[in-house]
Amino acid sequence: MELAEFVIKTITILVVFVLTLVIAMYSTWGERKVAGFIQDRMGPNRAGPGGLLQPLADAGKMFFKEDFIPALANKWLFIAGPSLAMLTALLASAVIPFGSTFRWEGKEVVLQGVESNIGILYVFGVVALGVYGIMIGGWASNNKFSLLGAIRAASQNISYEVAMGLSLIAILMMSSSLSLGEIVSQQHGGNWNIFYQPLGFIIFLTCSFAECNRVPFDLPECETELVGGYHTEYGSMKLGFYLFAEYINMFVSSAIISVLYFGGYNYPGMDWVYDQLTGALGTQTGHNIATLIGTAVFFGKALFFIFFYMWVRWTLPRFRYDQLMNLGWKKLIPLAIFNIIITGAAVLFLKPLITAWLN
Amino acid sequence: MQLTNRSKQVSNKEMTLMERAYLPAIATGLAITLKHFFAKKVTIQYPEVKRYLGPVFRGRHILKRDEDGRERCTACGLCAVACPAEAIQIVAAEREKGEEKLYREEKYAAVYEVNMLRCIFCGLCEEACPKQAVYLRHDEFIPVFADRDQVIWGKDLLVEDMNNRYTRETWTKEEAYELNAKRANGEVTNVVPRAIP
Ligand code: SF4
Ligand code: SF4
Repeated sequence: MELAEFVIKTITILVVFVLTLVIAMYSTWGERKVAGFIQDRMGPNRAGPGGLLQPLADAGKMFFKEDFIPALANKWLFIAGPSLAMLTALLASAVIPFGSTFRWEGKEVVLQGVESNIGILYVFGVVALGVYGIMIGGWASNNKFSLLGAIRAASQNISYEVAMGLSLIAILMMSSSLSLGEIVSQQHGGNWNIFYQPLGFIIFLTCSFAECNRVPFDLPECETELVGGYHTEYGSMKLGFYLFAEYINMFVSSAIISVLYFGGYNYPGMDWVYDQLTGALGTQTGHNIATLIGTAVFFGKALFFIFFYMWVRWTLPRFRYDQLMNLGWKKLIPLAIFNIIITGAAVLFLKPLITAWLN
Repeated sequence: MQLTNRSKQVSNKEMTLMERAYLPAIATGLAITLKHFFAKKVTIQYPEVKRYLGPVFRGRHILKRDEDGRERCTACGLCAVACPAEAIQIVAAEREKGEEKLYREEKYAAVYEVNMLRCIFCGLCEEACPKQAVYLRHDEFIPVFADRDQVIWGKDLLVEDMNNRYTRETWTKEEAYELNAKRANGEVTNVVPRAIP
């Protein structure tokens, strides 16, 4: 690897990492703002302009709290829980394509932490590991509420992963690639998957709510039944890590949704913009600026989905546990299978017909 | 008896397919919350913006002086007796020769203390006073305490300042809003709230 390439890659990875953290941090602020606005209040607005320093103040408070470990808890696992949750949450952001390529002296560097040709599988693997953080934390606390929360989290994540995977298969059938970069570039030119896969999108969205333990599927931390759920015994920055991991997961899944269904960094009219920019500023600068615009569009989409998560949170009530399981196993999985069959039929029969008709 | 016309008969009928699909209902709910998202906020930014509390609001106490600047209180102790929270403490003293300018009656309160942690702002002291000496201001709160020393308010804080007399200048909400607007424009500056020295 050339030096320039290496430097750009390192910077990309650092930027991706920092951006993920910053977005997760400001999601906590955003969540409270959105909650406030939806409830006709202002939300935090005292710390800094518009309350923008609130996350820093919260983090400061978290750090200064007593770092308490219950006497009968399993010390190592008690610490490992939040660390694992944080680690797995951050790992998943590595393969997300944030933009197309960066050009530097004839080199093209992809704006993506790792270019993996099995990106989506990697995401699934890492997200599935995420449940260990919760499970270990809940078990190590030596508290029945934590344990119940952890068990709920585990069973819920496992059930919804099935439907999620199935809804994804329809996408993979259309793109015939597992690489996220490839899936995005196939959606170039307004060819977004949401138009072909509306049902798959709804299933995927529902399942990602469940995977992130967000309302209406936040049973693992259901206060009315389980005190605080799996993090009942946690305090200080360890609790902070759990909450933070939740927000990172939210960002990652918003990013994945916009990559899979909303064309990632593609936006209508991007070819025209690209031509204008390269025409005016030369192939290198113009290309890079066009890439940055695409990245901004990508973040816009991801942020919209983060907003959507919050919007839903302050609208819907929580499901009951049996309703959750019924929805997962009896509704979403059959629907996802139905979606696969439809997609398969369409790819096999409809697509040749339409291509023949268009030609 | 019907209390409201919003009541609905409980029904156990089967849900229609539309209702069972759940998504239309979610969309309706989301529309409602989005409407609130853009709605006007009801929050009043408290320390900067103060809501008008009405002309009969009972805030902090004040010991009035008369037109000549003499303290009206005669240390009769009726307010202390009336006080349900036993918040008022009075020590009486006799007016000396040469003090006629200071005290209106022959007996006056050498010490008049209100314990603001005990006071429940019921206004019974105000009712009890035969000399119209003690009032609860309608326009000023007790400021937040930072220390126990600040809890007991003596005469230094309670007795009215002749250059900044307390009057109840408005009696309706509309008048009060008008006055507030004038104050904000700097047109009226007669009553300036005092801070703890
Ligand atoms: S307002 Fe009520 S409680 Fe307070 S000092 Fe007067 S009588 Fe006592
Ligand atoms: S304030 Fe009024 S009631 Fe209280 S001691 Fe003075 S004169 Fe009497």
